[in-house]
Amino acid sequence: MQRIENLMKAKAIELLENGTVNRVLGWTAGDFYYDNTPAIFNSKEEIEKSFVYNSFCGANLSKYLVKERKNEGKILVFLKPCDTYSFNQLVKEHRVNKDNIYIVGIECQGHLSIEAIKAKGIDGVVGLEENGEEVTVKSIYGDKTVVRGEVMLEKCLSCKSKKHVAYDELIIVNEMPEADSMKRFSKVAELEAMTADERFAFWKSELSKCIRCNACRNVCPACTCTKCVFDNPESGVDAKANADKFEEKLFHIIRSFHVTGRCTDCGECSRVCPQNIPLHLINRKYIKDINEFYGEYQAGADTESKAPLTAFTTSDIEPGSNLKEGK
Amino acid sequence: MQRIGVFVCWCGSNIAATVDVKRVAETLGQEPGVVYSADYQYMCSENGQQLIKTAIKEHGLTGIVVCSCSPRMHEATFRKTAESAGLNPYMVEIANIREQVSWIHKDIEEATVKAIILGRTAIAKLLLNTPLTAGETGVTKRALVIGGGIAGIQTALDIAEAGYEVDIVEQRPTIGGRMAQLDKTFPTLDCAACILTPKMVDCAQNEKIDILSYSEVEEVKGFVGNFTVKIRKKARYIDEKKCTGCGICMSVCPSKKGLNEFNMNLNNRPAAYIPFAQAIPNVAVIDPEQCIKLKTGKCGLCSMKCEAKAIDYTQQDSFVERNYGAIVVATGFKIADLKYFNEYGYADNKDVITSLELERLMNAAGPTKGTLLRPSDNTHPHVITFIQCVGSRDISGCGKPYCSKICCMYTAKHAMLIREKYPDTEVHVFYIDVRTPGKNYDEFYRRAVEQYDVDYIKGMVGKVYNENGKLMVQGSDLLSNEQITIASDLVVLAAAIEPEPSVRKIATLLTTSIDTNNFLTEAHAKLRPVESPTAGIFLSGMCQGPKDIPETVSQASACAAKVIGLLAKDKLKCNPCVSISDDSMCIGCGTCANVCPYGAITYVDKEFRLGGGKTEVRRVASVNEAVCQGCGACTVACPSGAIDLKGFTTKQIMAEVEAVCKR
Repeated sequence: MQRIENLMKAKAIELLENGTVNRVLGWTAGDFYYDNTPAIFNSKEEIEKSFVYNSFCGANLSKYLVKERKNEGKILVFLKPCDTYSFNQLVKEHRVNKDNIYIVGIECQGHLSIEAIKAKGIDGVVGLEENGEEVTVKSIYGDKTVVRGEVMLEKCLSCKSKKHVAYDELIIVNEMPEADSMKRFSKVAELEAMTADERFAFWKSELSKCIRCNACRNVCPACTCTKCVFDNPESGVDAKANADKFEEKLFHIIRSFHVTGRCTDCGECSRVCPQNIPLHLINRKYIKDINEFYGEYQAGADTESKAPLTAFTTSDIEPGSNLKEGK
Repeated sequence: MQRIGVFVCWCGSNIAATVDVKRVAETLGQEPGVVYSADYQYMCSENGQQLIKTAIKEHGLTGIVVCSCSPRMHEATFRKTAESAGLNPYMVEIANIREQVSWIHKDIEEATVKAIILGRTAIAKLLLNTPLTAGETGVTKRALVIGGGIAGIQTALDIAEAGYEVDIVEQRPTIGGRMAQLDKTFPTLDCAACILTPKMVDCAQNEKIDILSYSEVEEVKGFVGNFTVKIRKKARYIDEKKCTGCGICMSVCPSKKGLNEFNMNLNNRPAAYIPFAQAIPNVAVIDPEQCIKLKTGKCGLCSMKCEAKAIDYTQQDSFVERNYGAIVVATGFKIADLKYFNEYGYADNKDVITSLELERLMNAAGPTKGTLLRPSDNTHPHVITFIQCVGSRDISGCGKPYCSKICCMYTAKHAMLIREKYPDTEVHVFYIDVRTPGKNYDEFYRRAVEQYDVDYIKGMVGKVYNENGKLMVQGSDLLSNEQITIASDLVVLAAAIEPEPSVRKIATLLTTSIDTNNFLTEAHAKLRPVESPTAGIFLSGMCQGPKDIPETVSQASACAAKVIGLLAKDKLKCNPCVSISDDSMCIGCGTCANVCPYGAITYVDKEFRLGGGKTEVRRVASVNEAVCQGCGACTVACPSGAIDLKGFTTKQIMAEVEAVCKR
């Protein structure tokens, strides 16, 4: 991992110095070892001082490019395979200008979840030593070795692909094992198997944890409206008084419909949720439905294809034909 | 604040018998914003309209709600009424308390409450209405007719006669359609070809008519008065301009295995062929499935022999794009699939045939040169049994629920013609009912029974099976109440008709509606029978419902009259209920343009002030109001909620929903 970080830094400095780009979008250290944060670097000095890449860099940098579009010049961005899907989707929706972006695709062995590490009884994390499947977590209380697969982020456990779908060049040192795509929808299938009442109870219990911090919306690469309906007094649904406790949770239902067909399943919503609500499952259910009703479709796999929900073909399913028991 | 007037119509007893109209008017009169309410026997009458006009003036109304019939009936009437009293016509809302209330409810209390709720809903919407002004668009003075059967031909001829240009798009290599396949026509027994082919020739010779044969509609854009249609001209591997129709290619073609579709697959034709002698255009076509040259690269005989050098094995499908003011659908019909009717043994016995196959067997240009011979052994049949309603009036789900309408008459025709030509034959007809409404129709049928001694048996057939070379037709004779079996040589099934299957795709392309039997829906079953609910789309012939030739021709001409009425206009009033995009919310993502069926949305880079002297350039949607038809697809697709439909804004609709839900 250290080797990759060094290669990334060298590449960033090279591109800054030869004038290809005038700034770099990457990660920098946060207050703790495990809370690396997206950041813009403008010089070689800044890169050398604070650029970081380790297994706590799960954050998807694509969305930050939307804001960066307003600034002059070309920007270098480091994207993991899954992040490139979000990038493509943003290109498709004209939210970023591809000509002003230089993408370096980077190796990803799956990123780690501090929650999962804490669940293993490890606190006070100050470093990592990675050796294939084995990860040694260094903490102020000593070192402990765990299996990578047990402490990965949910979005990495159900990784959709290890293939970069957009890049100018790649930094890959070690082989990246292909993801098990079947695993991705297993939890959705479990929910589908429930009765309507059970499923309602499940979501009611999960969504009731929501504190409306808006983190899921703010991090979502598909949520890039200039004026969000929930912040817009004109919309009639902002800060609405709720008839019952569950009504506010319609926020998530509305938001998931908002991103349906555009969501690449990057998993950021669940990663950032401070209440650990499995928000990705709502989106993934719609992705599964789209796949079943309109044929396999992966948002962000390319920048040209028509999205099934906004394109009509005569082979589209007839309305109502999906209304089977338990679906 | 608006000053709203509410007008509750009794519609005679249509509404007043089920809805307490006085209570509706009184209750709605108490709603916030309402300053006047009244009820009247017929609001659409001169007096009713006068009542509205007077109230608008006397009470200074800014908008009106009319609680009456469906807006499809009288919205236009009341808009004009409002306009003549000085009100903007889009400050009128209709609450449909007839079709949606009085006609479907029996309980007066329930119906009255619902009528009040619908009235409140209309008021809630009207409170948010703003005056709208309609623009104008031009009309392309050219019509497209899809389908070149007798319906399409007649419509095209009539439109051309009025001086407008018409294109006929026909999917087969020739126009003529089903009628060209018929032998004689009821009730006059004149030969179908003799009366059809002059019309086909007229089409070919009329300089206003352009026939695009062997072509299909690929894409339709635009709206009434301004359609743009992409047409695929399928490769015929023959240069239409060079081909003289001499038929040499047909005679030299060594591939003879293609099924002759024109003869209902009863015999074979060469790979290079002209469907029939009077084909229009009289141009050959090469069937790529059968052509040895196209399949293996070896042969080329036709090319060697063709003096006109018209053969072109490299021809590809080509496309033409044309503009039209009106589109006529005249796609016709086919014989329904008999796969669910095994009891008649159609699939197993060559001598069980459909009526359309019999037409070909009796036609002088058919596979037997007009001599009636059994398909199995080419012998003369002595006992012929007809079975009517095969798959028609069938509620079992295997067939069609409707009456195919033409079978009673053509079966009488067939029976009569056979008895006339072959007096040694015995002809039986199994029927459920004989339906002969039409000029000279019942007389025709009676001639078959009385003069030609055709044996009509009231009853259904249960089974047809082969025994020692005879087709045993087992059925019941309901009048004598006995089971009978008729040993027949030939069995003719009057199979149900159904719309040509390609009509589904065409209906989708034209965004027009289709019923459960795949017949196209008319704008109004009684009063607008040749118009589709989609403006600018018209219906001609069997695509709209079962019809015989006289009826088809009348309807085709009626359809032409409607098209001419449209093309004669120089300007059409646009619908002012069009989309409008809010720049401050639009993110330029492109979704609305993707879903817009009219191509009304483009994107522009606009500069916006950010405050503090800063600006930014953003890509935002821009709606061409002349092209937008107000379908609203963009408003639901827009992920940012930036686009809205004038007259049907999201806020108005939400206000309606809240009014409906409020107790």
